[in-house]
Amino acid sequence: MAAAVRRVLRASRAWSAAPRARAAPGAQTLRLIYTTTAVQKRNVAASGPEKYTEAFIKNQIEEFNLGKRHLANMMGEDPETFTQEDIDKAIAYLFPSGLFEKRARPIMKHPTEIFPKQKAIQWGEDHRPFHFLFYTGKQSFYSLMHEIYGKLLDIQKYEDHLRAQSLLAENRKLINLIGSRWLIKEELEEMLVEKLSDHDYSMCIQLLERLVTLPCCGIEEEYVLKFRRELSIQLKKMVIEPLQYDEQGVAFSTGEGKRKTSRATAVIYDNGSGKITVNGVDYLYYFPVMQDREQLMFPFQFLDRLGIHDMICTVSGGGRSSQAGAIRLASARALCSFITENEVEFMRQAGLLTADPRVRERKKPGQEGARRKFTWKKR
Amino acid sequence: RCLGSLGKAAPSTSQLSSRLYGTLLAPEANQQVDPTVINDKLITEPLRHPDFFNVKELFSLKELFDARVHLGHKKGCRHGFMEPYIFGCRLDQDIIDLDQTMKHLQLALNFTAHVAYRKGIILFISRNRQFGHLVEVTARDCGEYAHTRYWQGGLLTNAHIQYGTGIRLPDLLIFISTLNNVFEPHVAIRDAAKMNIPTVGVVDTNCNPSIITYPIPGNDDSPLAVELYCRLFKMTITRAKNKRKQMEVLYGLQNKADSS
Repeated sequence: MAAAVRRVLRASRAWSAAPRARAAPGAQTLRLIYTTTAVQKRNVAASGPEKYTEAFIKNQIEEFNLGKRHLANMMGEDPETFTQEDIDKAIAYLFPSGLFEKRARPIMKHPTEIFPKQKAIQWGEDHRPFHFLFYTGKQSFYSLMHEIYGKLLDIQKYEDHLRAQSLLAENRKLINLIGSRWLIKEELEEMLVEKLSDHDYSMCIQLLERLVTLPCCGIEEEYVLKFRRELSIQLKKMVIEPLQYDEQGVAFSTGEGKRKTSRATAVIYDNGSGKITVNGVDYLYYFPVMQDREQLMFPFQFLDRLGIHDMICTVSGGGRSSQAGAIRLASARALCSFITENEVEFMRQAGLLTADPRVRERKKPGQEGARRKFTWKKR
Repeated sequence: RCLGSLGKAAPSTSQLSSRLYGTLLAPEANQQVDPTVINDKLITEPLRHPDFFNVKELFSLKELFDARVHLGHKKGCRHGFMEPYIFGCRLDQDIIDLDQTMKHLQLALNFTAHVAYRKGIILFISRNRQFGHLVEVTARDCGEYAHTRYWQGGLLTNAHIQYGTGIRLPDLLIFISTLNNVFEPHVAIRDAAKMNIPTVGVVDTNCNPSIITYPIPGNDDSPLAVELYCRLFKMTITRAKNKRKQMEVLYGLQNKADSS
C-alpha cells in the first residue's frame, strides 16, 4: 500500500521524494522526507543583482570586436575604420524596428556601456582585503574623504611653512570657481561606483568647500577641478543680429515669430515708405480687419518709425489673429537690429519681444471641453 | 575548528581564519614539504618566549609620562571599573597608574605582535574625529585596516550578507578610543565579544574596560598620547611582520639544507 502511494506521488511532477539518511552516531534511522520543487528551487531574487566577473567582460569585449569586423564586412565597409555611428546605422538597416521605445530596439554597443560597472572581488587568495578601508563598507567614498583631508592638511602645513617665513601674503593662490559647479550626487556615485547617502554627499562637498577657502589651495587646483563641472552659459542674452545689406546697398534684417500655431518670418528694409507685404499680398487685402493691421503696425508705432521701413513677410498656420500676432513678434525682433540698446529694453518692457505662451488647452475626457463640464443633473 | 578562546595568548592555529562564512573549509592543499616541522618551528617557536618580539624596549615610563598618558578625566567622569587602574586624584583630575599601564601595554603589544606574526587581520578603530586621519594613516603604513567612521550595525555580526560569502573578518580589533561620539562604549566592543574576536583598547578613566581583552589604561584625548600609541602599534606590527619574513627565510633555508 505504501509502495503504491510512493509510486503515484513520483508520477506527478509536483512532488518529489527526497530520501535523506539522517545517521546519528550509533542509531541507524532512515527518514523519507517529501519536498516540493518550489522549495528546492534556488531563490534567484534573493541573491541580488548578477555579478559579472572580469573574464566574462573580457570575453564580451572580444566578441564585440569580432562582431564589429563581421558587420563591417557584411556592409561592405573597411573593418579598420568602422566607427560606432556606422555600427548604429548598420544595425538600424539590418534590423528595422517599429518599436516606439528607443531603448527596446536592437543595439550593438561596447560591453562597458551595456553591463553596469561593478566592483571586482575585494580580497586576494589569502582572503585579506586589498583596500585598507574595506571594513568600513564604503571604501571608495571614505578613501576619497581621507585623501581630500590629507590634502587639506598638506596645504595647511605649507601655509604654516610660508607663514614662518612671513611669505604668506604674497603667495596666495586661489582656485577660480566661477562658471563651474560641484558634481551632483549621481555623478559622484558614478565616479566612485558606490551608493552614497545624501548626508555623505553633503559631507564630501563641505570638505571640498573648506579646502577651497584656504589661501594657498592653488597647489591642489587640478585635483579639486576633477570635482567641478563647467556650467553652460546661463544667461540667454538676446543676440542682436547686425544689419545685412542687399545688392542695392539697402540695409535689411530678418526676424522670426510665432503665436499659437502660426509661424512667421519678416524681412524689414530701410529706406522704405511703410509698405507691408504679407505672403505676396498687400496687408490691406490679407488682413481686412482693422485689429490685425493695428497689431502689425504696433512695433513701428512704438518706435516712431511708421513711414521709414518696408516689410515683406511670410506666414503660415493658425487663424487671422494668431498670424497677426506672429508677424508682430517677427517684425519686433527684426527691428532690434535697427535701434539702440535702450530702445530694445523699452520694447522688452512693453512686451513686444516676448512670445505669447498661450496655446489651445486640450479637451479632457469626462468633460465637454477643456474646462466646461457636462451639465450637472441633480437626479 | 572555532577555538576562539580569550584566555590564550594567540589565535587558533588553522591557516585560514576560523571565521569564514558561507564556504566550506576545504581540505588545504599542503604546499609545504614538511608541514609538521615548519608549522612547529614557525608558529610554536614564538610562543615559547614571554617576550619574543622584545616589545619592552619600545617604550619607557618617562616616554609615557612625557606624552601625558597618565592624565585622566575629572573625578565626576570616572567609571567605576577603572578604579583599580587609577593611581590617585589631584585637584579633581584622575591620574592613571603608569606602572599598571606599562604592564598592560607590554601584554597588549606582545599580543598584537603575535597576531601580526601569524598574518592576522588587524582593524584599528577610533571614533575620535581629532585623530581619525592619523589612525587611518597608521593603519595604511602598517598594511592593516582602519575604521574611523560611522559603524554600520551588522558589520561583524551580519558580514556574510553585507559583504558576500567568503569574507574574512578581522582577527584583532585595536581601539585607540573606546568611546564613540556620544560618550558611550563603541558597538564594536560588544560585537567583537559576540564574534570571539580579541580586542586591545586604550581605556580612559571614563571608559568601561570590562569586555576588552587587553585594556591599556591611559589617556586617549591628548594628541601626544595618541601619536605615541600609533607609533608603538606601527612599530610592533612592522617588527612582527619582518620577523615573520626572517623566520620563513630561515626555516626555508634550513629545510633546503636538510633535504639536500
